[in-house]
Amino acid sequence: MKSATGYQGIPRWIYAIAAVGGLLVVLPLAAMLAKVNWPQFIPLVTSESSLAALGLSLRTSAASTVLCIVLGVPLALVLARGEFPGQRLLRSFVLLPLVLPPVVGGIALLYTFGRQGLLGKSLEVAGIQIAFSTTAVVLAQTFVALPFLVVSLEGALRSAGNRFEAVAATLGARPTTVLRRVTLPLVLPGLASGAVLSFARSLGEFGATLTFAGSLEGVTRTLPLEIYLQRETDADAAVALSLVLVAVAVAVVGLSYGRRRSSTPSEVQA
Amino acid sequence: MSFELQASLRARNFDMSLSLGDGETVAILGPNGAGKSTLLGVISGLLRPDSGAANIGGRHLFNLDAGTRHWSPPHLRGTALLAQEALLFPHLNALDNVAFGPRSAGASKTAARESAKLWLAEVDAANLANRKPAQLSGGQAQRVAVARALAAEPELLLLDEPMAALDIHAAPLLRRVLKRVLKDRKAIIVTHDVLDAYMLADRVIVVEKGRIAEEGPTRQVLERPRSHFAAGLAGLNLVTGTISEEGITTPDGRVFAGQHDPGWPPLPGQAGVAAFPPSSVSVFLGDVHGSPRNSFAVTITDLEPHGDQIRVRAGGPSQALSADITPAASADLGLVPGMEVRFVVKSALVSVYPA
Repeated sequence: MKSATGYQGIPRWIYAIAAVGGLLVVLPLAAMLAKVNWPQFIPLVTSESSLAALGLSLRTSAASTVLCIVLGVPLALVLARGEFPGQRLLRSFVLLPLVLPPVVGGIALLYTFGRQGLLGKSLEVAGIQIAFSTTAVVLAQTFVALPFLVVSLEGALRSAGNRFEAVAATLGARPTTVLRRVTLPLVLPGLASGAVLSFARSLGEFGATLTFAGSLEGVTRTLPLEIYLQRETDADAAVALSLVLVAVAVAVVGLSYGRRRSSTPSEVQA
Repeated sequence: MSFELQASLRARNFDMSLSLGDGETVAILGPNGAGKSTLLGVISGLLRPDSGAANIGGRHLFNLDAGTRHWSPPHLRGTALLAQEALLFPHLNALDNVAFGPRSAGASKTAARESAKLWLAEVDAANLANRKPAQLSGGQAQRVAVARALAAEPELLLLDEPMAALDIHAAPLLRRVLKRVLKDRKAIIVTHDVLDAYMLADRVIVVEKGRIAEEGPTRQVLERPRSHFAAGLAGLNLVTGTISEEGITTPDGRVFAGQHDPGWPPLPGQAGVAAFPPSSVSVFLGDVHGSPRNSFAVTITDLEPHGDQIRVRAGGPSQALSADITPAASADLGLVPGMEVRFVVKSALVSVYPA
């Protein structure tokens, strides 16, 4: 919020450096925009392989977002509200994919679910193959996107506190009822922005997917993989598809921040 | 059905035992940090004591004595908690907030809303049913919170300073509502306010430092306080010592002459207290002529306005005293903190009774 007095207290030179920072992000996007082959844009992005990649990306990202919510909500709850030994360690590990190179995540997943992997061997016996399948894409995306949901939701849970939950319990609500009728509605804005961020991260996932799922058209070749592949042969197509991803990303970020601003948690009335 | 509790929690230096009769409302009075909220936390199941037991009509809330580790979670206790802040669920309107308890108990949505309407009417808030908590004033929200707590049909209602966060105009209405709904209801109300104790409670328990300092019928505790906190609430000076024929002898040898309470014949040597209002104390400079009884050298610690009087606080060697004098008298005497003066107490206004 802008201060009403008009005094901001920001040194002028800060603006100069901030402008450089802004340009670092905006300039490459502008450069890419300048390279777009506009007359061919529609045919390029609607080619069979492009549509297949886009469709696969949207489907797998939606699936991994659902998986992030299913697994991330309980994780955030136990991290924010629970008390158990090893809690800090668990938090560190859950957040690890944020700083890990995705390709390392891909290798780790391969040695877990791959044919020779920790669980992969048993799954293989059961007739289930995960590596280099669409399931692998979803797993890779979930691996890298889960921390975004957990961090966002854990923050919302902490700032909401648990006073409402305590009151709900004394009114006779079982813990499950409290979770469903009080906790989740209260942190819904945090959950929504976490889900949007997870979706965006899933959509952009490249390294872990390539390592763990490969690049099979229509099965594991998501939009970022398609762009990387096209760049070798057809730069115009790569640029056009990049623009599609930028547009989706802008929409996602806009949705996330617009939502956050319009639905700040209601002030608790005394 | 009565309520009984005995519990101790070492981490908070808390050790209390109390009981409530059927339909009885008890006010818990005490300074900040005395353990009032800890008490409510232990009863409602939000805080776990180290040892103790509690039951309502024979049904155990917890029993951590004699090797048993019985502990009911908060939602099975039937002890609804009303806090200083209304804490209405912000995503539900007033009606659904009140319907929350019945819904949690398994009532259908329709049935829960029907009973919620009745409870809203009970607290004069029927017209607020469709409002979201953000659209309610502090007093309105707190009344809805009262309805929500009552709708859960608790066997014991716990109120943690329900009026403390309200502005001066909203408190009287809520106090009237509470007086009506707490009648014939088992409730414990934690409060700072002597008016709440007078209006709402049958009995008062004064707690200090995690222990019960005194308890008794509201009127008796406020008219014949035995603890410094209760005396402060009642606006009285309180001096502790041993009862003598004349009055009270303090440990440092001062004698406060006064009137023995007819209800308590004096038993010399027994521990007792002398209580007297600050208005019965006069302030003099230098030596006092005439009756030397009840004349004490003191050092002024503070002067502050008190109604249309000036309250002069003085710390004796052990016990603090206050006197109320007119601003004119204070100016005439030139009183300032640090000054040595004499307090003279009218013995006709000093009540002496056993501690």
